[in-house]
Amino acid sequence: MNARKTNAEAYLRMYRQMVRIRVFEDNANQLYLSAKMPGLTHMYSGQEAVAVGICEVLTRDDKITSTHRGHGHCVAKGAEFKEMFCELLGRAEGYCGGKGGSMHIADQSNGNLGANAIVGGSMGIATGAALSAKRLGRKDVTVCFFGDGATAQGLLYEVMNMAALWKLPVIYACENNGYSEYTKTAEIAAGSLPARAEAFGIEAFKVDGQDVLAVNKLAERLVARCRKGEGPFFIQLDTYRYHGHHVGDINREYYRSKDEEALWKTERDPIVNFGRWLAAEGLATPEELASIDAEVGAEAGAAVAYALAAPFPDASQVGRHVFTDMIVA
Amino acid sequence: MREITLSKAVNEAIAEEMRRDPSVFLIGEDVAEAGTPFKVLSGLVEEFGTDRIIDTPISEPGFMGLAVGAAMTGSRPIVDLMFGDFLFLVMDQLCNQAAKAHYMSGGKLKVPLVLRTNLGATRRSAAQHSQSLHALVAHIPGLKVALPSSAYEAKGLLKTAIRDDNPVVIFEDKLMYQEKAPVPEEEYLIPFGKAEVLRPGRDITIVATSSMVQVAQKAAVLLERDGIAAEIIDPRTIVPLDMETILASVRRTGRAMVVDEGHQSFGVTAEIASRIAERAFYHLDAPVQRIGAMDVPVPFSPVLEDMTVPTPESVAERGRLTVRGELFHAA
Ligand SMILES: Cc1ncc(C[n+]2csc(CCOP(=O)(O)OP(=O)(O)O)c2C)c(N)n1
Ligand SMILES: [Mg+2]
Repeated sequence: MNARKTNAEAYLRMYRQMVRIRVFEDNANQLYLSAKMPGLTHMYSGQEAVAVGICEVLTRDDKITSTHRGHGHCVAKGAEFKEMFCELLGRAEGYCGGKGGSMHIADQSNGNLGANAIVGGSMGIATGAALSAKRLGRKDVTVCFFGDGATAQGLLYEVMNMAALWKLPVIYACENNGYSEYTKTAEIAAGSLPARAEAFGIEAFKVDGQDVLAVNKLAERLVARCRKGEGPFFIQLDTYRYHGHHVGDINREYYRSKDEEALWKTERDPIVNFGRWLAAEGLATPEELASIDAEVGAEAGAAVAYALAAPFPDASQVGRHVFTDMIVA
Repeated sequence: MREITLSKAVNEAIAEEMRRDPSVFLIGEDVAEAGTPFKVLSGLVEEFGTDRIIDTPISEPGFMGLAVGAAMTGSRPIVDLMFGDFLFLVMDQLCNQAAKAHYMSGGKLKVPLVLRTNLGATRRSAAQHSQSLHALVAHIPGLKVALPSSAYEAKGLLKTAIRDDNPVVIFEDKLMYQEKAPVPEEEYLIPFGKAEVLRPGRDITIVATSSMVQVAQKAAVLLERDGIAAEIIDPRTIVPLDMETILASVRRTGRAMVVDEGHQSFGVTAEIASRIAERAFYHLDAPVQRIGAMDVPVPFSPVLEDMTVPTPESVAERGRLTVRGELFHAA
């Protein structure tokens, strides 16, 4: 059997996971537009290959830290739709009992240490998780996801310095989607991002974040090297977000043209392109891929319906979990 | 009982807890061979090695963040923050990350870390090395805040802090590092949320924290000469705060005064005084008094600096006026 056939299962899993993220986000967007979801949320659509390509090589014990645009990381690391939608809708059965919401989903059971509403806020946490693993003699690796905009936070340079000094098993995965909020990356980032990591002696890489196989191959190599104590690493993954900065960012031509958006969506879509490749390689027929899409659609539909009917947290929950051992009255 | 310095008491607490629990480590600037500028940690690196007594670059937000992540994943870090004034640098990691992770995750994540730092003016260190910023962190739900007032308390509270599953900020009075007090050889812990009545008295309750406990004790001696018996209560932790002990005392004495080295406005004195007013108003014979540090950046010149903090004389004077019903004239 050739390598491609051996990997068929992993490829199809990656395809399915990317579709799951896209479909999750489409449903979340709908919930917002129909005023069923409290607050705002940031769509991961368009960036699926980044989270999936990387998380495919992680074990359940490996850790990730996530961002305000975190649904993709959460799904890719193994989360269930039901608990995720419940969290987005502030229901008791959500991953955080409805106390976190979209920007704070954490799924400890799958090693997701949490999304973060502070841009760059999780860089220390990721690096600390790697320190913990190394000190306690565990083999797990931590991946720190953050955006291009977050590279402007000083914390990154403090923790990369320590990670490099202490050879910590952490991978800094910078998702460069071209924008931080309503500003182009070129206007906020001087010089080269990988070069910043290289200045600390960290091996840094650049990869096409729309190509799940390229991301996956690089991640496989770097995660394996991290486990052998050869970390840390830095990856810049060039990608694109399809929606506005958040679901309410509808009229955005003042900072991003419709032509640019259309080009990425038609030429560079990570799911469509990967699907074509799978078909061309004879790893899946278009019908098989369509049936995956349909299954995922049904899974999401059921989860949304469940979450919409699920109960809100009991009032007694408001003072719980401030501390582990005291209830706030 | 043997007497040891507060510095030694802290050192012993850390060593004992690190021997007991291999998941405990300490991280901060110049903590290993140097043992901190105050030499509090001398000798620990020899016993525990640089793997557990970790020297960092000068990156307070960075190592604070590392501690949060380590605490979430099975470690129990003790963060050494060289000066309490540097709290402003770690605020995001402490208040937005550590304090909220347990709540935001619906109880899934735990952050068992200790942030050790200090407070206290009159070391002639000027405005950026003299602040007492405990009220700042006590304001944030999810952080416990301990304020030891002696070597004995420093050891017992720190050991409890290390075993606590929540983020705890513990402030040591840096002027007390070389002060000795009786500390038992045998192991002991001091529970959080239990105030200590340090001196009984019938005329006025003085609630004093950390560095201000000694000031209150000296004030009580001055008051005694005037025939006034002050009761002194040391809350030991302000989160959680043992209001029951304070209220029981105030209901007996009918008068209360709160003394704390944080700036007077919007701080610990205001909080405790208002709780007393809310819950013991009908037992009061005089308005609740509070004395904090002046609302000015701490000045360098000794002549000026000494004016900014409560002293035994200023506390005694206010106590006298309160007990004699002469506050109105002072206003
Ligand atoms: C410390 C902080 N500053 C500002 C914000 C507001 N904010 C939220 S997302 C964002 C842009 C982040 O850009 P990037 O890191 O590239 O992530 P992306 O949104 O593109 O995924 C900003 C400025 C914030 N949440 N936290
Ligand atoms: Mg961006």
